[in-house]
Amino acid sequence: MQDFGAAFGEAFRLLASLDADLLEIVALSLQVSLAAVALAALVGLPLGALLGVTRFPGRQALIVFVNALMGLPPVVVGLTVYLLLSRAGPLGPLGLLYTPEAMVIAQMILVTPIIAALTRQTVEDLKTEYDEQLTVLGITPSAAVLTLLWDARYTLITALLAGFGRAVAEVGAVIIVGGNINHVTRVMTTAIALETSRGDLALALGLGIILVCIAVAVNALVSSLRVTAVRSAYA
Amino acid sequence: MPIEGRGLVLERAGRRILDAVDIRLANDGICVLLGPNGAGKSVLLRVLAALVPPDAGTVTWGGQAPRRDLRRGLGFVFQKPVLLRRSALANVRHALRAAGAGRGESLARARAAMEFAGLSALARSPARLLSGGEQQRLAIARALALEPEALFLDEPTANLDPAATARIEALIHDVTAAGRKVVLVTHDVGQARRLAGRVLFLHQGRIVEDAPAHAFFQAPASGAARAYLAGQIVL
Repeated sequence: MQDFGAAFGEAFRLLASLDADLLEIVALSLQVSLAAVALAALVGLPLGALLGVTRFPGRQALIVFVNALMGLPPVVVGLTVYLLLSRAGPLGPLGLLYTPEAMVIAQMILVTPIIAALTRQTVEDLKTEYDEQLTVLGITPSAAVLTLLWDARYTLITALLAGFGRAVAEVGAVIIVGGNINHVTRVMTTAIALETSRGDLALALGLGIILVCIAVAVNALVSSLRVTAVRSAYA
Repeated sequence: MPIEGRGLVLERAGRRILDAVDIRLANDGICVLLGPNGAGKSVLLRVLAALVPPDAGTVTWGGQAPRRDLRRGLGFVFQKPVLLRRSALANVRHALRAAGAGRGESLARARAAMEFAGLSALARSPARLLSGGEQQRLAIARALALEPEALFLDEPTANLDPAATARIEALIHDVTAAGRKVVLVTHDVGQARRLAGRVLFLHQGRIVEDAPAHAFFQAPASGAARAYLAGQIVL
């Protein structure tokens, strides 16, 4: 096994030389996670807004359920999606198992509850503040929801970034449904797991450094958004 | 659009906030709901605006039960203005867009309302960064942009300094000069003297006096009103 110093040196060399394999893995990771977050937003934002503004029997139980789903174990999600997409499963004929699409589905399932729960809380708090004002304006319920979503935009972007953070750092689900196939479904986290087990620490460390950089960048973006929002009293 | 309440009763925590109130607001210029804290003034305004349903009694707007499509005939400004997380101009445009105005029309009418309220120079400023007096004038501009027949103002100067109060009072005069009815809640006797055309004096959830302002201030008929005008503590 290489020593740590040599591994770090090789990792930085891979990064500096823009190694083709490394870039391919990073690009697929971003592609899968961004697609998963986009799809999760399409479901999570309206679902969260609906839970935030409407009142119906069983709403509280549904909120508890959605909140609980935020802690879904990725391997359980991976297993479930695997069973659904496997040849004998109900979605087997679609032939999605061991494809990037299967990984998008798994990550979307993991991220949707995060976006929905944060959206619900944000929209509900804002509704409490805006309710009477929107009522006196005679605004329709659908226009009221759009107003709440727009005015919560900074917080909701933060929720989307939190979802992206969860997706891009996830390994358990994507390794089950993607299979970690080279040049097909290998993403940063699964590659790190594989290369570490094979003793090739350079690539694992290189990818790890990029993952950490992405995490830092996402957090920096969240912080700067918050500062911008607070400065203009839009938070 | 006459606004009428018949037999209005509202109880909270075993206490009667409104006690069989009958009220009719027609073309009165500036009608002031005056009385000590806890008399039920703000609650009465909210009940008449159909923001709070009464426990008993009925509210009608132009002889009809309150409906969303009738709301635009009635502007409402809260003691603490609720402003959206947008620019000052965007707050006014939002109200107009919600009322069905197109992009061009909403911009023109919003600018006119801002000018009327003396806020043109602050149009692009974040609404929630304006001073207290400016925020209140913006809330009035937003309500007026919808061209309501009547404007309800719930203690609009309660938290303002004398200079900001004077600007709001001048704006209220301009509103009535433009032919709109104003219903103003205040516990400030000086403000009532300066603005009122008609005074309804509330005490312990009842309207104990309803008179033209000059008659009320010259010779209040009730003991509670006499004591209040004399600066005594009325419980």
